[in-house]
Amino acid sequence: MDKHSRHDERDEPGTQADAQSDARPVLEGPDIARVLTRIAHEIVERAKGADDVVLLGIPTRGVFLARRLADKLEQITERKIPVGSLDITMYRDDLRMHPPRALARTEIPGDGIDGRLVVLVDDVLFSGRTIRAALDALNDIGRPRAVQLAVLVDRGHRELPIRADYVGKNLPTSLRETVKVQLAEEDGRDTVLLGAKPAAPGAHP
Amino acid sequence: MQRHLISAADLTRDDAVLILDTAEEMARVADRPIKKLPTLRGRTVVNLFFEDSTRTRISFEAAEKRLSADVINFTAKGSSVSKGESLKDTAQTLEAMGVDAVVIRHGASGAPYRLATSGWIDAHVINAGDGTHQHPTQALLDAFTMRRRLVGRDAGLGKDLDGRRVTLVGDILHSRVARSNVDLLHTLGAEVTLVAPPTLLPVGVETWPCDVSYDLDSTLTKSDAVMLLRVQRERMNAAFFPTEREYSRRYGLDGDRMAKMPDHAIVMHPGPMVRGMEITAEVADSDRCTAVEQVTNGVSIRMAVLYLLLGGNEPAVTHARTTEEK
Repeated sequence: MDKHSRHDERDEPGTQADAQSDARPVLEGPDIARVLTRIAHEIVERAKGADDVVLLGIPTRGVFLARRLADKLEQITERKIPVGSLDITMYRDDLRMHPPRALARTEIPGDGIDGRLVVLVDDVLFSGRTIRAALDALNDIGRPRAVQLAVLVDRGHRELPIRADYVGKNLPTSLRETVKVQLAEEDGRDTVLLGAKPAAPGAHP
Repeated sequence: MQRHLISAADLTRDDAVLILDTAEEMARVADRPIKKLPTLRGRTVVNLFFEDSTRTRISFEAAEKRLSADVINFTAKGSSVSKGESLKDTAQTLEAMGVDAVVIRHGASGAPYRLATSGWIDAHVINAGDGTHQHPTQALLDAFTMRRRLVGRDAGLGKDLDGRRVTLVGDILHSRVARSNVDLLHTLGAEVTLVAPPTLLPVGVETWPCDVSYDLDSTLTKSDAVMLLRVQRERMNAAFFPTEREYSRRYGLDGDRMAKMPDHAIVMHPGPMVRGMEITAEVADSDRCTAVEQVTNGVSIRMAVLYLLLGGNEPAVTHARTTEEK
């Protein structure tokens, strides 16, 4: 995909499998657990106890990360933290560049988001366009007190003035590299892989 | 999916399940304070209605507006059609105005197909009912209602209607709803039985992928869903049964007949209902009758169809379900 059509913070289908052959892990299972624990503590510290926190994961892997964060927050605060999911497909700015995608689930916790601190959770922060779409989607759902962003990996190359409040790992990358997050709930194991994008067909090495 | 939605028979099982699953997510938008999505902003959709309609026209309009499309409503009454303008000229006028999709209802079977394949217009064509031929979005909303009631809202995601037994009762001869439902329900794995007086069954019905019976009472006990069809007097040019009273006694659903159905079975009606003819008020107002629910589900289904046909740079294809791109 060319630079101008980059939207999501993950990699194109078809490149992942190819990229796996020479991909190297930059975070493994225990590392991911540790950074999520740290992020949970940071949320409690910044939100002064996380009384009004609602976690919303962005499908697919952001939802699993949000649920894990909610469990860790529960251990720290001994309170149930509302957790849901926010599908941003209908709010993407590149809908006209691809065939329509199947929609993922949007599930807002019962008490809603009005007046609450919403923490958006995603796996990789890249161009920032997904988060822009998520902010638009939130706008149609309610009016949070504040919105923060937690990501497992920030790989840089922002195209919008958006930054994360909580980052698991800052990972400087080139545009010729791919970042692939795998989580046990979806992929059978926890890992973050950094690989090289395969050369375009016909391209000279 | 293809560029157009002309007939329920054009949908594969995966296409149909994708539409039903997408409609489930669209239904959630109705629960939000702001029932609107920006997905079709800048797209123009024309509702081209050459035949009277309440439910379908309003339903399409609601779906289009909820997806932020620009909507133009055209009804033949009061238009240049009454001055003798042909479908071709109307289509070319719309093309000149730059529309992206045409939702067409027409009294002549085949009009939407002609519009989609004639080269008069480049827009996507969605059939909102043509003569006695097809009404694909009605079949989709009926299947959606059945899946929700018989399988479950969340449990039904990704599933079809395999093994469910559906009975369609009444004026099959003039019914585009029946034809669309037989096609789609067969694709989704359901077992369909048509029940009607012999005079209201079309020639060649034995070649359709369904069973045929003249006896309603014997099919009720083994039906998961019973769909009643209105007797379409406006399309009738002869006497098809002796009296309305006789029709209603043999093929109408009343409380006693409903009691013979299994406890989980539902009563469906595409509307408009003629109370006292094919359905009694007691049945129409019971909890088992899904007529009102079907109208609500119609908006979700039409949002899903519009999104999957117009939401991207080309219509959704089945493998879109599994791509997670960036």
